[in-house]
Order: sequence, then C-alpha cells, then structure tokens
Amino acid sequence: MQRYNVPVLVCLAGLALCLASQYGWLDLYVQTTIMFLFINVIMSTSLNLINGNMGEFACGHAGFMCVGAYVSSIVSVALFAKSSYFGEPLLDPSWAVVGMPLSLLAGGAVAAVTGLLVAFPSFRTRGDYLAIVTLAANYIIMSVFVNLDTVGGPRGFMGMKKVVSAMNDVLDIPWMMLWTFAFTVFTVFILRRFLWSSLGKGVMAVHQDEIAAEIMSVNTNRIKLVAFMLSSGLAGIAGGLLAHIMGYVNPSAFGILKSTEAMVMVYLGGMGSLTGAVLSAVLMTGLGEVLRPLGILKWVVIPLLLVLLMQFRPAGIMGNRELADVFPRLRRFYKFK
Amino acid sequence: MFDTLLQNILNALQWGSFYALIALGYCLVYGVLLLINFAHGDIFMVGAYIAFFVSTFLLGQYLDIPGLPSWLVLALTVPATMLLTSGVGVFLERVAYRPLRRKGVNRLYVVITALMCGLILENGNLALLGASRKSFPELLDKAIWTFGSVSVTNLKILVIVSAFGVFWLLNTIVTKTKIGMAMRALSWDRFAVPLMGIPPDTVIVFTFILGSSMAALAGILFAMSYPVLDPYMGASIGWKAFIAAVVGGIGDIRGAFVGGFILGFVEIMVVAFFPSSYRDLFAFTILLIIMTWKPTGLFGVAKTTKI
Repeated sequence: MQRYNVPVLVCLAGLALCLASQYGWLDLYVQTTIMFLFINVIMSTSLNLINGNMGEFACGHAGFMCVGAYVSSIVSVALFAKSSYFGEPLLDPSWAVVGMPLSLLAGGAVAAVTGLLVAFPSFRTRGDYLAIVTLAANYIIMSVFVNLDTVGGPRGFMGMKKVVSAMNDVLDIPWMMLWTFAFTVFTVFILRRFLWSSLGKGVMAVHQDEIAAEIMSVNTNRIKLVAFMLSSGLAGIAGGLLAHIMGYVNPSAFGILKSTEAMVMVYLGGMGSLTGAVLSAVLMTGLGEVLRPLGILKWVVIPLLLVLLMQFRPAGIMGNRELADVFPRLRRFYKFK
Repeated sequence: MFDTLLQNILNALQWGSFYALIALGYCLVYGVLLLINFAHGDIFMVGAYIAFFVSTFLLGQYLDIPGLPSWLVLALTVPATMLLTSGVGVFLERVAYRPLRRKGVNRLYVVITALMCGLILENGNLALLGASRKSFPELLDKAIWTFGSVSVTNLKILVIVSAFGVFWLLNTIVTKTKIGMAMRALSWDRFAVPLMGIPPDTVIVFTFILGSSMAALAGILFAMSYPVLDPYMGASIGWKAFIAAVVGGIGDIRGAFVGGFILGFVEIMVVAFFPSSYRDLFAFTILLIIMTWKPTGLFGVAKTTKI
C-alpha cells in the first residue's frame, strides 16, 4: 500500500484545489497566487537540475520561459482563437480543451531545442564563461521577440484569454488551475525519475569532477545535452502556463530579473535538493505576497532577509539533502521505486 | 561616409569607456577572490548618486553656504565621490562577503549574496529618494570642436582620456607595486599567500577600494554625459560590463579593458546602421561567437585541472 500513498495524496490535493476554485471557496486572488506558486515551483526545480545538480552557473533561465510562453501562445491562439495576428481560428475553438495542453508541450519542445544554444557551448566551457553564454542567450532571445513584429514586438502578444474562455465554454471547470497543477506534478515527477536514474547519477558525476567522470566512461556531452534540454523544456512549459494565466506575454517580463528570481530560489533551497527547490519556491511566493503591503520596501526587505539567511545557513535551507533525509521518519509513509 | 564612421568611432570610444571602467572593477575583484561581484553595477549607480549629492551640496543648493565655481566643484567631487563610494564597496565586503568567505561556503552562494546586495542598493535607493529622476548639474562648460563634419565635445575627450589614464594607472599598480604583486599572488594561490606573511584581508579590501572607486569615476563621467539619474541605471550596464569583462578573459585587466571597448563598438555600430532595437541581438550574438571561438575569452588562459 505504501507505494500508492504519494500518488493518492497528490490526486486528492489536486482535486481539492480544483473543487475549491470551482465553488468559489478560494477567491480569484488566492487562486492566481497559487498558480504563480506552481509556476515558481516548476521554474526553480527545473533550474535546480542545472545550477544545483550539475553545478553550472546558468543565469538565463527566463529566456527559455520566454520561448515557451511565446510558442505555446502563438500555437494556441492561431489554432483556437480569432485574433488580429492570424485571423480566423484554424480549428473549432472547442478543440482547445485538448489542444491547449498540447500547445504547452509544443512550447516546451521548442524551448528544449533552444536549450541547444546553451548546451553546445557547454561542451567546451564551464563555470563563469558558461554563465556568460547563458546570460547572452537570455538577452538574445528577448531581443529576438522584441524584434518580431508579426507577434507584437515590444508591445507583447495577447489573445490567450479567448482560448481559456473557449475551454470554459465546453466545460466550466477551472482549467488553468487543473493544468498548472498537473504540469507541476509532471515536472517534479520527471525530475525525480531523471535524477534517480543513471543519467541523473551522470549529472552528479559531472558536478563533482568532469574529467574523472569522463574517465569512468560517463558520456559527459550527452549528459549535458540531455540536462540542458530537459531543464529548458520544463522552463518553457512554465512560461506557457504563465502566458495562459496572464492572457498576455511581453518579452520584457522575461528579463534578467526573472532569471535572478529563479536563481535565488535554487540557492535558497539548497543546491541539488529537489524538495528544497519546491520549498523555497513556496517560501518566496508566500513571502512576496505577505510583504505586498510594504510596496517598494518589499524589494529591500526580501533581499535583506535572504542575505541574513545566507549568513546563518550558508548552504541554503536544505543543503544538498532531501526532505526525507532531514526527517527520516517520513520514509515510513511512502515508498518509491 | 568616412565622417560618419569617424564620428561613430568617437562615440563608441566614449560608450566603451564606461563599460571598460566598470568591467575593470569586476575583473579586479574576480581576479583576487574568484567572486562575481554582481553588486558592482549598483555601486556604479551609487557613485553617480553620491556625485550628484556632493556636487549639488558644493554648488550651494542645500544650506546657506556660498556656492563654489563649477570647475572647483568638479575637482572636489571626483575625489570625494571616489572615497565615499569605495566606502560603500568596502562596507559590502566587510558585512556580507567576508563572513561567508570565512565559513568556506560554495562561492556561488557569495555570488547570490552579491546579487541580493545589488537589489538592496537599487530598491533602497528607490524607496529612500523616490521615483523622481534627478538631473545632474552641469559642471563642465561645454565646448564643441568641429573638424569637417566630425564634432567632438570636451566631455567626450575627458571620458576617453580618463578611461585610458585609469587603465594605465591600474596596470602600473598591478604590475609594478608591492600591493599589486600581493594581489596577483592572491589570485595565483590563495592558500600560500597567508603563509608568506601577506595579510589577505588587507589586499582584498584594497581591491574593493580600487574597484569601487573606478565604478565611482565611471558614475561621475556617465552622469555628466547623460545627466539623468535613476535607481536602475546600474543594473543593465552592470550586467553588460560583466559580459564584456568575461569576453575579454576575466581576471586579466587588459582583457576587461579591451572587452569593454569591443562591446561599446559593437553596440554603437549596430545602432548606427540598423534600427536600435537590434542592438542587443547583434551585440550578444557577436559576443556568443567570440565565446565559442575562444571559450576562455580573448586574453584568458585555459586552466588545466589535475585529478
């Protein structure tokens, strides 16, 4: 029975969330905050694969989110909504129920391919030089979308609200909450399976000593390729979700500041700790909402708290341990293959 | 055509000087500590603000003191700003970076702390002084010399000359003096240096003083050339200067200097011949190509690791 504990709990939590938003027990503000929280979880866990487990210093994660956001929005708007960019929808809008998640996956796939922009230089260079490559990639991606006038350029792209409302016309349930939750669970599941597989062991070997890993017959180039593509693909899905929730994308929303946010969550949670990344995403989102009344002072208080935290817990909240390592009793309640 | 090119080269030299001055600060701290001091761009911003307050104070805008003539104000503002700004840089070092270094944590956590310090400086400034932009007083009587259709202002000459002068000074300090030797030694082998009787903390503080005062100088010159100050002015120029420093080969001051000018040239030339929104696209694509061609930067030497 232990094997089914976690899946059942996750399903129950998802059901409870969807029911709560369906019957208005959660107001719209709380719902949006919860969805942003899930997106932050995807963002921090997927970056944790590169910055935490592989020990690189990638600081351009938001660029891949931007790719995912644009591609999935363009696909879903072109297929299911009437817009000033593409005219009449190519398919009947009621297909959006099936098509929207597929467009998110398409955005993720294209973002994964964009990840090659960083993956190939990473074969030859490491550390701070790779940091620059990722940073430059972020600037380049932003700049490409600013200059693409067919999808709005610097004014941004919109029309995703129509897709979501087309989904609600078919069946009136909180679709975005459902899919955000589903993709978050999907991300954490995939990352856990990946990290505990032999590829994941390869990622950790690359972190500890690349040359030694190479000698021990780890194909480091393949590991890097897979890790970068997976991480940027998941980031692309997060971007697509964000675009569909907001109903609007703008290239300037995916700048260095967003990347910084993702980086902070990774290092706050502890390098290479999956549960740490989830926890810190929850913590950061919560802190951001609690401190909202402070206005601009919020952006002084949060960094100050983080600096203080670094002084007292210099390896992040969890270090490189998982939740089950900190509380071994948790292991009694579940079992993973 | 030739005149436009010459004019653009002059503009690029000026624009590159700012990048080069900031990149030098990144490079010094990186060379000694292997720390990417992401707060450096914001120290540049703090420098510009300090210069604003010092110069307006000396011009007699706050209290009932008689204002000084503007050339004297400029002569006093430069050293005062450099002094105060290096105080800010050293404060960050003492309060945020040194305790972490003592604990021997992964250096990426120090980098994140630096990022947070930068955010605190930016937003603290915004909260303290409000969102209204400050306009920097004119300290230098503007003179424009025209050769054919190429025009040069005295400010442009001042910026370029001071960038080269600072580079020469820095190069002399690093290669000829005793403290410069200590800095190079520290970047060569951090563990052997204390054993030789060199106090590493003194050297590190000196490095921060040098780097921050260079950022302060860049701040003053920037504020004089583009006299509108806002709290986020340091963020993007800082990130770009960091990229320039790495393209030159981080840890080598010649590299940082050359990298700053390369970025300045590329940006100005792209804007001269294409729509300005293509600036980042072209500039960073070129930098990415340089990084692919030389993975450790132009002047960088690949370190061999032993296992």
